[in-house]
Amino acid sequence: MFSGIMTTTWIAATMVALVAGTVGFFVVLRGAAFAAHAVPHGSFGGAAGAALLVGIDGSILGVSGTIVGLLVFAVGGALGIAWLGRRGRHDVATALSLVVMLGLGLLFLSLSQDYAPAIYSLLFGEVTGVPSYDLIPMAVLGAACIGATVLLYRPLMLSSVLREVGEARGVRGHRVETGFLLVVALATTMTVPVVGVLLMFSLMIGPAAGARCFTDNPRTAILLTVAIAVLVVWIAVAVSYLTNWPIGFFVGVSGALVYGVGRAWTAHRVRHAIPDGGRAEPVAELA
Amino acid sequence: MSASLGAIFGPGFFGSAPVHAALAGGAIVAVVTGAVGLFTVLRSQAFAGHALGEVGATGGAVALLAGTSPLYGYLGIAIAAGAVIELLGVQRPRARDLATGLVLGAGLGLAALFLYLDTTASSTTGAPVTVLFGSLFAVSQSMLPEIVVLSAVSLAIVVACYRMLLLSSLSADLAAARGVPVRVIGVAYLVALAVAVSLAAATIGAVLATALVIGPPASALRLTKRPGLAVLVASVIGIVAVWLGVLLAYDSFYWPPAGTGWPVSFFVVADVFAFYLLSGAVARLRQSARRQRRAREVADVAGG
Amino acid sequence: MNASPAALPEAVLGVDGVSVWLSGREVLHDVSFTVHAGEFTALIGANGSGKTTLFRVILGLLAPGAGSVLIGGRPRARRNPMIGYVPQKVFLDPDMPLRARDVVALGLDGHRLGVGFGSRRRRELVEEMLDAVDAGRFADSRVGYLSGGEQQRVLIAHALVGRPRMLLLDEPLANLDIGAEREVVEVLGRVAREQGIAVLISAHDMNPLLPYMDGLVYLASGRAASGTVEEVVRPEVLSRLYGQHVDVLRVHDRILVVAGADERLPALAKQAGLEPGAVALR
Repeated sequence: MFSGIMTTTWIAATMVALVAGTVGFFVVLRGAAFAAHAVPHGSFGGAAGAALLVGIDGSILGVSGTIVGLLVFAVGGALGIAWLGRRGRHDVATALSLVVMLGLGLLFLSLSQDYAPAIYSLLFGEVTGVPSYDLIPMAVLGAACIGATVLLYRPLMLSSVLREVGEARGVRGHRVETGFLLVVALATTMTVPVVGVLLMFSLMIGPAAGARCFTDNPRTAILLTVAIAVLVVWIAVAVSYLTNWPIGFFVGVSGALVYGVGRAWTAHRVRHAIPDGGRAEPVAELA
Repeated sequence: MSASLGAIFGPGFFGSAPVHAALAGGAIVAVVTGAVGLFTVLRSQAFAGHALGEVGATGGAVALLAGTSPLYGYLGIAIAAGAVIELLGVQRPRARDLATGLVLGAGLGLAALFLYLDTTASSTTGAPVTVLFGSLFAVSQSMLPEIVVLSAVSLAIVVACYRMLLLSSLSADLAAARGVPVRVIGVAYLVALAVAVSLAAATIGAVLATALVIGPPASALRLTKRPGLAVLVASVIGIVAVWLGVLLAYDSFYWPPAGTGWPVSFFVVADVFAFYLLSGAVARLRQSARRQRRAREVADVAGG
Repeated sequence: MNASPAALPEAVLGVDGVSVWLSGREVLHDVSFTVHAGEFTALIGANGSGKTTLFRVILGLLAPGAGSVLIGGRPRARRNPMIGYVPQKVFLDPDMPLRARDVVALGLDGHRLGVGFGSRRRRELVEEMLDAVDAGRFADSRVGYLSGGEQQRVLIAHALVGRPRMLLLDEPLANLDIGAEREVVEVLGRVAREQGIAVLISAHDMNPLLPYMDGLVYLASGRAASGTVEEVVRPEVLSRLYGQHVDVLRVHDRILVVAGADERLPALAKQAGLEPGAVALR
């Protein structure tokens, strides 16, 4: 499983995990699980639209039509969530942006008859689904994501943890929110061909949700998140290759498993009052 | 007069049996989702509302494998997922959304597996689309009794717990202080939500069910602050959105590309979204009118 | 606060004739006061009296309808490094992997881009500030696990680490038990004195702050009276502010403000052995 077409898959999968882990840490920190699910999920509509325009294997401006379609709808969805979220409830904004994009996707699907088989791999990912000429745009997008996250690290932390103080220091919450959602849009676009539209977000939130149970240091947490994401993806690719079962299945289930292990560890830590510098029990609980 | 009516309602619209079933089924579902959805929005649980619907894809796939009606598949899995989310016992909204997301991820992973087994077992390539996107026109007359019964169950729960549900949705602490069994109410509400979402999933598809559960109630809340009135407004918006969707989908058979028609679920979602934007505009107009009136009053007092 | 300007330490904050209208209502009317370096000033007012609105104006987050705010002699703008801000009701999620020292470090350069690799100087500054608020003990604990008082001290350190000229705290004592209250006020008093920082705290109860207060600004019905406690907390002054009869009661070391005319009150107070002119808090 390590030769030929699989080489592309291994490289793509590793890139995906690096980006998912890095961005996912902040998704979980900001409690943006819904947005992280909605943006890739909705971007599916864009892929359908691109297929309608140029056909499944067609390309736009030299890049695979699918990726362009995904990108356009992912960015559109991110901006839509940011815009609607400023004027109304945030989770309502996310839900409505999502269903609108999916509705459009459904429309495009129905108008182009010959897309049905490819839907499955777009939704749930496919181990061999990454043609080698897509690796370059993927790498570019991935580098842009990680670069943007590194650049925004401090204001992102400040705005996520102490939003009001950030406002007073000139770090406007709305701008950070929009910028962050755009990074999520980029991240999910590059990763969808491997992991699939529906399970991409699992890779973003699972490892991050688990990693933060094992350390209090934010930088350690990010590194651990990325490490877990890479491990999960590697195992998923290997097992998917061997069993022929969809890669999305392994990603989705392991995301939940990692979270479960993390929660169990936290419970153990609390019950046995393992000292972490003074206190082990959360004192302030909000109902 | 009849010519313009004919332009709006495509030929044979009122006589078609699938249309009747779609209108009836859709209206019932709109009422239920309007009522239950109101609390979903109030509790900031739109993600849970979406997740329970989407995870229905797993149930639908299992039902397909087993050869039974997808409705029961949606229902079973929605209740199971709701139970797991509730059992994880996280009360903080952020942590709750995270738990919801992970349960959804696991559920979707399973859906991936089952759909894969479906296609290899029965080689039905259209399975994912049917399960995920559904269609109101697929609602047959035979489904209607089930829809009515399940809707009644969901509505009964909401009506029975109405006061307590409202209080615990607006302030859990206050409700607990007044003796409301917040946990029990939470579970009852989740069951009502699971049923409502499954019904919506069976009609406009697992993935778009969210639109009916979240959209009309959110629009209603922008128009009125009174919960009872909001439920009514949400139901009305939902019914109008669904009926308009059915009509447009029916008419679209005559639009390009001729003979295929555009999906009804698409129209329903578009309608719901349009109403949301409209309600936002109305709310903003009222707010600025109110502000102008108050500024005028202040000026009068100051001048007089 | 009312002495001749030449003898005073410089004015860090000058609020002059500030009025604010929100949704057609006048929330603040002609509010004026000054806070000097090293002074500990309390902004007292009931909930909804406009304290947070006033803070937002000072921070540059809200433009006043009239009047001006000068910080260190210059007009206030957003991103003012001279002000350290501690907002009210900060919820620190126990699930966040952030230690107390990480939160404090954010106060140093959280608004700048990039990751900010820790230099030794940076680490020393953070240590120093943690010690200043007695937080060294739990510097490496997860910040969401700390008690209310401990979290408050971490937030104060966060606000102080950037070496501001003024510290602004919005209801820092709400939801704290008496012990934690005392800790926080003591830290604030010490910081004001030792570092020459102007401290402005908003609260609805002035009593925990009395031992350290240099002066106060009393806010009621959108109007303000400023000065020392003796100058401001008098029935005549407060009655004018509230627009109705107000009594001031002193019980041991505590002050109570009572609104509403009740002729029986002075007699009752005498019966109970209290000083006539006591004030009961609404």
